[in-house]
Amino acid sequence: MLELQGIAVSPGVAIGRALVFDREGYRITRCLVAVGEDEREWQRFVDAVRQASLKLESNRQSTADKLGERIGDIFSAQLQVLSDPQLQTELESLIRKKAYSAEYAVSEVFTKYAAAFRKSTSSFLSERAADIRDVERSLLEALTGQPMATLKTLPHEAIVVSHDLTPGETASFDPEKVLGICTEAGGSGGHTAIVARGMEIPAVVGVGNFLHNIRSGDEVIIDGHLGRIIVSPNDATRDRYKERRLFRESIATQLQEIRDLPASTSDGVRIELMANLEFPNEAASCVARGADGVGLYRTEFLYLGRDQEPTEEEHYQAYAQVVRDMQNRPVVIRTLDLGADKMGMTMLAEPENNPFLGLRSIRLSLRNPPLFRIQVRAILRAACLGDVRVMFPMITTLDELRSARFLLRSVSEDLAAEGKHIQCAVQVGMMVEVPAAVLMLDRFIDEIDFVSIGTNDLTQYTLAVDRSNDSVADLYQACDPAVLRLIQRTHQIASEKKKSTSVCGEMSNNPAYALLLVGMGIRTLSLAPAAIPILKKAIRSVTIGQCEAMAWRALRLSTAREVDAFLMNQLAGLVPEIVLQA
Amino acid sequence: MTWEIKQCAVTVRNPEGLHMRPALKIVQAANGFQCQIELERAGQIADCRSMLSLLTLGAPQDCELLLRAQGPDADEAIRVISLMFSQQFDE
Repeated sequence: MLELQGIAVSPGVAIGRALVFDREGYRITRCLVAVGEDEREWQRFVDAVRQASLKLESNRQSTADKLGERIGDIFSAQLQVLSDPQLQTELESLIRKKAYSAEYAVSEVFTKYAAAFRKSTSSFLSERAADIRDVERSLLEALTGQPMATLKTLPHEAIVVSHDLTPGETASFDPEKVLGICTEAGGSGGHTAIVARGMEIPAVVGVGNFLHNIRSGDEVIIDGHLGRIIVSPNDATRDRYKERRLFRESIATQLQEIRDLPASTSDGVRIELMANLEFPNEAASCVARGADGVGLYRTEFLYLGRDQEPTEEEHYQAYAQVVRDMQNRPVVIRTLDLGADKMGMTMLAEPENNPFLGLRSIRLSLRNPPLFRIQVRAILRAACLGDVRVMFPMITTLDELRSARFLLRSVSEDLAAEGKHIQCAVQVGMMVEVPAAVLMLDRFIDEIDFVSIGTNDLTQYTLAVDRSNDSVADLYQACDPAVLRLIQRTHQIASEKKKSTSVCGEMSNNPAYALLLVGMGIRTLSLAPAAIPILKKAIRSVTIGQCEAMAWRALRLSTAREVDAFLMNQLAGLVPEIVLQA
Repeated sequence: MTWEIKQCAVTVRNPEGLHMRPALKIVQAANGFQCQIELERAGQIADCRSMLSLLTLGAPQDCELLLRAQGPDADEAIRVISLMFSQQFDE
């Protein structure tokens, strides 16, 4: 049994067999061939060796011609590995005596050697592991006749394990087959996290190097609550997780009973619980979970894994579906919020040293008016179908807000001139994610209809922490007193002008933190659809006075650790029945 | 008839140890002889015709190995391969 810690990005527990996509992205399943097929399988392997040799030889030739014999020798060495007598003996025994499929045998033997090399104390040898994997890849490609299998074509249900997933891979997921996701790289804002959350697939990312310790077919548990992955669990651990899963399912049934009741405190203060949406097809399940609307419709999925901009019609159809499915409940659409690099739209992306401080979000949109106009046109058209509001992300300066509003107005005039029926009175809000926006909010507030606090980025920019960076991730705490003060100030300024403040970061997913926000005066929370029923349960179990008392004390504490401990303790006292879930 | 086992000590002089290229040269040389040729490092034995087993020795610079050969051309094999070690495999 091997237990590893990563970053929890999508809640839930998955238990299943691993399907490992290694760094090169190919996959191997354990598979045996039928009795009597072993000779044919061996012949298949011999043919593959011949093919792979031819390919390596031609690589050697062309490399040697271009870069000299010395570099070409890398391929000579790989050729030598391919015809290595020891390797051949081992493979022959697996294929002929143990009836392994050729692919399985190759993967097994090469994994063994690569692991032995990697373990070696001498650095030159540990680097040779990559050469060995190169030979393996040539062989596997010759065997399968194709470069690699993709996530689109998973043969069976599995937990996908990989170094990282490209935007294209994540966009082509088959949610029926992918039980859980675990990657070595990645952070909570990455595309893997976005897609996993959107599809409600349990996921843990940022685990660090571990692929050499896991093979396709191994049993794996993904704990998307605690960010843990367990390879080859022992019986006790597996049973514990199965029990927990049952417990969660039974709680879920209980929560179903309060689905149609409002999220009001026991003394009758109504809290709006809105959903954060990644994909249009989630809207129906939001309604099923009793969401009061969509508080944050992320539109990035439209750009994921494609190298062309989505058309106005594609935008429109995606928005229209959500507006229709939400049946007159409010839908807040946020304009594009990523860096160009994150969307796979490389034609817009310049490599940046410091992407979080670079051309992303509203900055990218304002820099590319044609792209921005297409999205805004679609939003305004969809606004005719229901209660649609538009929200600009990452506003830092008043000039940005004014430019965005100016573009919105001009698009709306264009549409009117074209004779298109549009809704004129669309509410416009801004996201508060940058400390500068909080400090200057008294100047912004007269020019907007509502604010929504994005606690993920606000925390990152306030505490100067990149939470995908292992070495500093522990500093990232949404309950840090500095972040709480910014939230408090934002709410204070907005409520003086009778504008609504909502919180739409991951912070609201945690019931303890959500009750704190309620105690601070926030009346609209937007969170992952899956987290709504539990939070509703928590809200219905407390009085507003209890929340306010909790906030009063929490705001007087001095460190994130104190705040967190205090809040968790309070939650356990106030709503004990849901605490087991955490 | 059985052949006498010939052996001599060799030292890895290459800064990067016994890596891919030296191993490749050993295999190429070994394939030109009829005799059995082995390298031993602290009890671990590698077949000189197998790249993988040579690499698995993980011999770093200054590592001392035992070169052993058995067969009709064992003397010549020992001479050629130990010379390759002392010439740092022409690197």
